[in-house]
This record gives sequence, structure tokens and C-alpha cells, in this order.
Amino acid sequence: MLKTIRIALAALFFTGITWLFLDVTETAQYLLGWMACIQFLPAVLALSIGIVALLVLLTLLFGRIYCSTICPLGVFQDIFAWLGTRRGKKRYHFSKARNRLRYGALAAFVLLGVLGVHSLALLLAPYSAYGRIAQNLFSPVYRAGNNLLALLAERAGSYAFSASDISIRSLPTFGIALAFFALIAFLAFRHGRIWCNTLCPVGTVLGFLSRFAWFRPVLDREKCVRCRLCEERCKAGCIDTQTQTVDSSRCVACMNCIGDCPKGAIRLTHEKRESTMKAPAEIEESSSAEAMEQARLSTARRGFLLALPAVLFAALPAGARAEDNRTDGGLAELKPRRQPKRTLPVRPPGALGQKNFTTRCTACQLCVAACPNGVLRPSTSALGLMQPEMGFDRGFCRPECRRCSDICPTGAIQRIGDSEKSSIHIGYAIWDKALCLPATGGDACGNCERHCPNGSISLISFTAPNGKKVQVPAVDKERCIGCGACEYVCPARPVSAIHVTGYEVHRIN
Amino acid sequence: MDKQQNQHGLHRWNRREFIKMAGAGAAALATLSIAGCDAGKDGPHAARPSVSGSMTYRESKKGEKVSLLGFGMMRLPTVDKRALQRGSTAAIDQELVNSLVAEALEYGVNYFDTSPRYAQGQSERVLGIALKPFPRDKYLIATKLSNFTESDWSREASIAMYENSFKELQIEMIDYMLLHGIGMGDDAMKAFNSRYIDNGMLDFLLEQREKGRIRNLGFSYHGDIRIFDHALAMGVDWDFVQIQLNYIDWKHAKEINTRNTNAEYLYGELQKRNIPAIIMEPVLGGRLASMNGNRKAIAMLKAADPESTPAQWALRYAGHHKGVLTVLSGMTFREHLRENIATYSPLKPLNDSELEMLEKVAELMVGFKTLPCNTCQYCMPCPYGLDIPSIFEHYNHCVSEENYVADTHDAHYGSARRAFLVGYDRSVPKLRQADHCTGCGRCVPHCPQRIDIPKEMVKIDRFVESLKQQKNLETGKA
Repeated sequence: MLKTIRIALAALFFTGITWLFLDVTETAQYLLGWMACIQFLPAVLALSIGIVALLVLLTLLFGRIYCSTICPLGVFQDIFAWLGTRRGKKRYHFSKARNRLRYGALAAFVLLGVLGVHSLALLLAPYSAYGRIAQNLFSPVYRAGNNLLALLAERAGSYAFSASDISIRSLPTFGIALAFFALIAFLAFRHGRIWCNTLCPVGTVLGFLSRFAWFRPVLDREKCVRCRLCEERCKAGCIDTQTQTVDSSRCVACMNCIGDCPKGAIRLTHEKRESTMKAPAEIEESSSAEAMEQARLSTARRGFLLALPAVLFAALPAGARAEDNRTDGGLAELKPRRQPKRTLPVRPPGALGQKNFTTRCTACQLCVAACPNGVLRPSTSALGLMQPEMGFDRGFCRPECRRCSDICPTGAIQRIGDSEKSSIHIGYAIWDKALCLPATGGDACGNCERHCPNGSISLISFTAPNGKKVQVPAVDKERCIGCGACEYVCPARPVSAIHVTGYEVHRIN
Repeated sequence: MDKQQNQHGLHRWNRREFIKMAGAGAAALATLSIAGCDAGKDGPHAARPSVSGSMTYRESKKGEKVSLLGFGMMRLPTVDKRALQRGSTAAIDQELVNSLVAEALEYGVNYFDTSPRYAQGQSERVLGIALKPFPRDKYLIATKLSNFTESDWSREASIAMYENSFKELQIEMIDYMLLHGIGMGDDAMKAFNSRYIDNGMLDFLLEQREKGRIRNLGFSYHGDIRIFDHALAMGVDWDFVQIQLNYIDWKHAKEINTRNTNAEYLYGELQKRNIPAIIMEPVLGGRLASMNGNRKAIAMLKAADPESTPAQWALRYAGHHKGVLTVLSGMTFREHLRENIATYSPLKPLNDSELEMLEKVAELMVGFKTLPCNTCQYCMPCPYGLDIPSIFEHYNHCVSEENYVADTHDAHYGSARRAFLVGYDRSVPKLRQADHCTGCGRCVPHCPQRIDIPKEMVKIDRFVESLKQQKNLETGKA
């Protein structure tokens, strides 16, 4: 019964959060945006004291329920752990707590975060690790399906579905997502929840709290016959039938052990601490024959596991290239664009500035998934790796859109209103005389001026080097909000003649 | 396969010849009825045009009998539209063209109009192949000196283009030769002089007419009226002139675009000089067939005759002027060909009340805000990658389907907005849309309809922007 409830809740949260990352409309965002906000690390970063307090309270009551239901990476691992044990032969066994590794990883995580080396710290964050996997690996597949529907709708003359962009926003982030998918899936397949009880910083914090949980799985020493049924089922490896103890700091409250004991010796109950806090006994070595059998089984499964990401990967570039194939000979070739060198990256309105954004962003890619204009993409710079920044080759930060600010669970991009959207200055445009078409004696243009949403570009007379009298843009830096419309519509290739650079601290006026 | 098709075409041509000679012996008729049966079973030919008589013919200055329906070869049926845009030579459906041309000939169409520039330069060759199996005296070919681009203005390049037409069409003599699109260009007089006068090409073509390699010499006209007047006044004995004429352009061309000239004037000038007119754009690239979805206009036409289509009215209008030699229609679908053949076999002249009705329809259509783009592709390729005809086509489509709704309080605003925006992304890739127009204006001189393309791009872009922001186009308020 408890296990069924856990599975139902896990399924609910897992599909909800996954849909949040996949959805190409705004439906999921409005219905399920809160699912991202109740994630532990985002809630801490967003300083949502209420949510953090609730999660702490939940853990103090029932142990790490969070890890088995709310955390998408936890449920993701459960799926692979289940695949690993399905054939009935794979059995877990008790292992000693690797506390040095756990607390070491937590300390490193905090330290790196404080020192500002976010890119390394964020690799360990569980919710955002799943987000990266969903956005980079699952989303293209989902979108390909959506685009198929869009194609069918087009044939049927319906506007119910519209095509969405399938492309890898950043290769390094894609690579990291792929590597983590393989690593975590493999670990879960072979060793259950080992990630959660070693490297995961949230797991370590909640594990520490769950030592003091009111309700915990407790072994009744009177009834227990040391049959090891519960131990073999425990994917966290925290039940020691030798000493008849359960390490509640590592227990992820999956309830798999509850209710299956033929003697009814293990129950979720409240018990005084002294009886369960005995020193764990020596680890029982698994027989060499058993180990060999396990190794044999896992090789077969490894093939499948390795093949799965490979299939996903192979499907991706093909989808990305479909756009190129539409280019027709009667049309001029669209020359590729390169990003200009920006002094500071441009962060979306609501980010407040570089510091707030980089310290709070967990690089979960939810805003990247939500951005309908193809503006947000993960950074490729070493320090801010994977944290989103803006680029204007596919579109610009449209005045009517506030999706990233609505969806960000960590407060890295804070909620803003309609009026704020067009009054927050996130950066400013810089004109490059050497690239501008009219300024270099080319065609007349003025496209940046025509598209500036708040009239911060005016055209002034200018004499090109070839003596041609032309009109070139002049940017009113104080008026410019940094939306990137000018950069997007600029015809200069490969780099726009007008580009936006970010402000250190966003300004409002 | 081609050979088979051609032999088949020949067969049916012979049959028609024989039928014309009604007095032929019973034995001949008996053999022919067998051939007729064979043709009757042949897939698409199963249904025949419902003709009440035979094709109306007009006589040229040189005494040729020209069918009132002329086959325009600018738009050809393609296997794959995108492949054509990539310039692939395999893209045109040659077999279908062969069979359309054969059917046209069978029903008395004998005028075929092409150009070295049509269908990305493939039209002449395709037409040459389609006509090859038939006797040379059964058809008239019109082609043009289409030296639009500056690189073709030299005498050598122009003569090379001219000579190449013979090779592509596989003929020794061009029946109708045209100076192509005079009056176009931002400085139309300069373009005219550079293309035909300064390089001596007009004199060259007149010489060629003397030598008999060209039978009729004329010009097609779009745009600047001064060039039209100039060409008529320069003392050349033109055998014909090709103009745009339909019941809208007759009196309202100026209302659509102040730089245009009413067909009434053009036709009148030709009549004064006794020069036969060849009519292009009688159906405005299909816009007088769909009537741009204008229900009121369609209802008016249907009220006058429920069994006629709008395209038939348009063709009857173009044909009823006595000084018209032939009316060109691009027919990429067999149904269009059959309908057009039926309309002119024979032509039913319009009476006064019908003309009055068409004038009322014209007035109604002029009030509609579609762009006069006939997707001829002359503006392409845009150096900045825009897909100009597709943008205009999408815009016109939305206007016709009543999905152009600027008022945010309109009951259909939501669905119209979605249809416009989603359809826009479907029809034109994002980076080829109107917002990328730099306004360089290079396309403007190439547009035969004289659309101010950059201005229209800005207008469409503003509308798209208002839709995206869900703001009223005029007031800028939500």
C-alpha cells in the first residue's frame, strides 16, 4: 500500500516535470510550474523559506520521501534500477555508508558555489541534472513527434499544431547531459540509488535530516529471521540484516521493504533512536560465483544501455538538418551567423544582473526549453558553463513574452510584469561601423532602426569610405533595453553589425 | 516512354485532321473510330472538354489564323516545386506537358508563348520537346528577347540568347518574337535603350524579320507608359503588341497602383494604329478565378450565370475585344485547359448588361486589400534571402480567407491570428520573412506589377508584429 502510493506520487511528479521540459505550448507551464518550484535546491536558491521548511518537515516526519517521489532524478534512477532487477536475479546487498565521500561532496558543492565555480558545482545538482537530460535528450524526440503532428495538421489545413525548433542549443551542455544520462542510468541499473547516497548534495542534506525522521523503517528483532529478503530489495543498500539495523540517513523511503516481510518484521513506525543507531557490522562479502553471475548479466544489459543514448544521439542531427534541406535554389543561400563577442553575457529580464543570475541558476534548462524565440541557450564559457545566456540569431527577446521569468524555479530569473518587461535594461546595443552594410558602402538598410521596439535607434547621415552618402544607425544607449531585435534583423554576416552586450547589473527606469 | 507518348499524340492529331475533312470516305472513318476508341480509354483523356462548337480564330496582320486561346508556358506543371527552385532540370513534368500540349493542339489551340527566362530557363526546351512530334505548320511559337539583367545587355549576349531560343525550341523560324517587358526598370527609358537600342538589337531583330527567321515582331509592355508611347511612335512596323488586359485593369489599373496605366488606353492606342493586341494576365495569375475569396464578387458572377466560372468570365472579357489576336493563359492543370477550350469554342461575346456587371465586380475587387502579386518570381532571388512571392502569397491567402484581422476585439481575432502566424511560419522559414527586408529596393524594378515590395514588406511586418503582441494595428493598444 505504501509502496503503491509512493509509485503513484513518483509517476505523477516525474511525468509532470518531464512534460514541463517537453511542452511546446504554455499549458504545462501554467498547470505544473509549481512542480519545479518545490524542488529542494531551487527552493533554497529562490529563498522560498516556506517550501524549504515544508520539505524539511516532510523529511523529519517520513524520511526522504522527497528523494523517492518529488526529485525527478531519483525517479529516473528508480526506473533504471527496476530494469536492472526485473529478471529477479539481481539482488542488492547492504553496503557501508560512504560518509566521507558524502560530506566531502556536499562541502565541495557548497565551496565551489561560494567561490563562484558554478559550472562544476552544478554538475551535482540533481533536479537540474535531470532537466539537462530532459531538455537535451528527450525534448528533441518529443518535438520531432510534435512536428510530425504539425505536418499532418498542415496537410489537413488545420492550425492546431505548429512546428517547433529542434536543435542542439549548445554542444558542451548536450555532451554533459548525454554523459550524465549514461552514467546515472548505468549506476542505477547496477547499484540502485548509489548516486543519491554518495555524490548528491541534496541527498546528503536530506539524509542527515532523515536520521531524525519520526517514521522510519524499523526491523523488529524479535520477529526478524534474517532471511535477507528486505536487504536484497533495498536499492539504497541501507538494510543490514546481520545487525538488524536500517541506516535511515540513506533510506530513500521507497517502501519496497515494507509489507513484503513474511514475518512482518519490518514496518514504517516510530521508534526510539538508540535501538537503530548501533554500529554497522562487517559487510557480508557476496560469494564470488554470485559476483560473476551479476557481471555476466550486466554485460548484456550494458549493451542495451549504451545503445539507447546512441540511438537518441543519432536521431538528433538528422532532425536539426531538416531545416537546411528546405533551402531552395530559387532563393539566396542563408549565410550562417556567428555570435558576436560580448563583453558580458546578456541575461534575461528579471535576472537582476550577472551576480544574482550566476549564483542562483542551477542550469536546469527549463527556461531554455520554454523560450519560444530561440534566444536562451546554455553558455559555453568555462565558468558559467550550462547556465543560459541570450543570443539573437534565431529571434529576439520579444516584448510580449515573459515565459522564462514565469517559469524559473530558483529566482535566477525573477517574476516580472508586462510594464517591467519593456523597462528593464538588460544590456545595450553597440554598432560596428566596420560591419554595417551602408557604412561600408553597401546597400541602404536601416532595418535595426525600423525594428527597435522603443525607438532607441535613429538614423543619421554618414559618408561611407567610397564617398556614398548614407544613413547609419545611432544608438541611444540610455534608452536601449537590450532586447536584441536590431541584432536579429541585421543583414550583416557572419556577425551582425549591431550587437547587444549585457549589463553587470540590470537597470530599471 | 517519351517516344510512345509522342506517337500517340501524332495519332490523335491525324484523327482530328481527318475529322475536319468531313467528306472523307467511310473506310477512313471506320479505321479512325478504332483509333478514337483507343484514345477514349486513355486515363486522363477519358473526359473530354464540353465544346459546343469549334475554337474561335483571329487573323494576324500576316494572315495567320491564331486561336483565341494561347497557351502560356510561364508556369509549368512540376514534379516537385522545391526541386524546380533548386534549378533541377528533372523537376518539370515533361510527360504532362506533352499530353497537355497534344490535347490543346487537338482542340485547335495553335499559339504557344514562352521565354528564355520562364520556368528557370527550362520553358523553351520543354515546349520544344512537346511540339516536336507535330507538323511545324500546325502551331505558332512566340518567344522573347528576355535580356533583363545588365549582364545580358551587350549585343553578343543578347544575340546568344536569341540564337539559343532556336536551339532549345528546335525550330528554324520564330513565329512571334517579342521585346520582353519594355517599360520595366527603375529608369525604364535607360533600360529600354540599353537592352534594344544602344546595342542595335532592335535593328538586328528587324533584319531577322526581313530574312524570314522571325515572322512577326512585337513587344510586351509593363510599367512606364512613356516607353509604350515611345515604342509606338518610333516608326517601327510592329506586327503585334502584348499588353495586360482584364476587366479590372481596363479602367482600374491606376487605382491599384498609380504608376500603372489602364488597359483601355493601351488597347485604344493599338486600335488607332491597327496593331493586334495579345493579352497577358487575363485572369491575373488566377486571382480572377478565385476572386480572392471575395464572396460578394463570386455571388454577382454566379447570379449572372450559375454555370459559368469566374475564370470563364475573365477569359470572355479579354476575348470579346475585336482587336485581340489571342489571350494567353498558363494552364498547368488539365481542368484549366479544358475549361478554357470550352470558353473559346466558340467565344460567346459579352452583351452590354454583362459588361456592366463585370465593371461592378471590378469596382468591388479594387476595394479589396490583396497585393497584385502574380508570383511570377521576377523579383527573386532576393540578396538577403527573403522569399518575396511566398510572403505575398501567404498574405493574400490570409486576406482571402478572412484571416487578416487587425482589430483585437473582433470575434475571430484569436483564430485568425493563429492561422496567420502559424501559416506564416509554415509558408516561409523565419529567416526569410518580411522582417529581414533591408529595403535595398533591388527587387522593385523587376516587378511587372510595379509593387513597391519594400513598402509592402514593412506593412506586412508591422501587421505580424501587431499580431504577435496582440495589439491593435492602428491604435497600438491591446
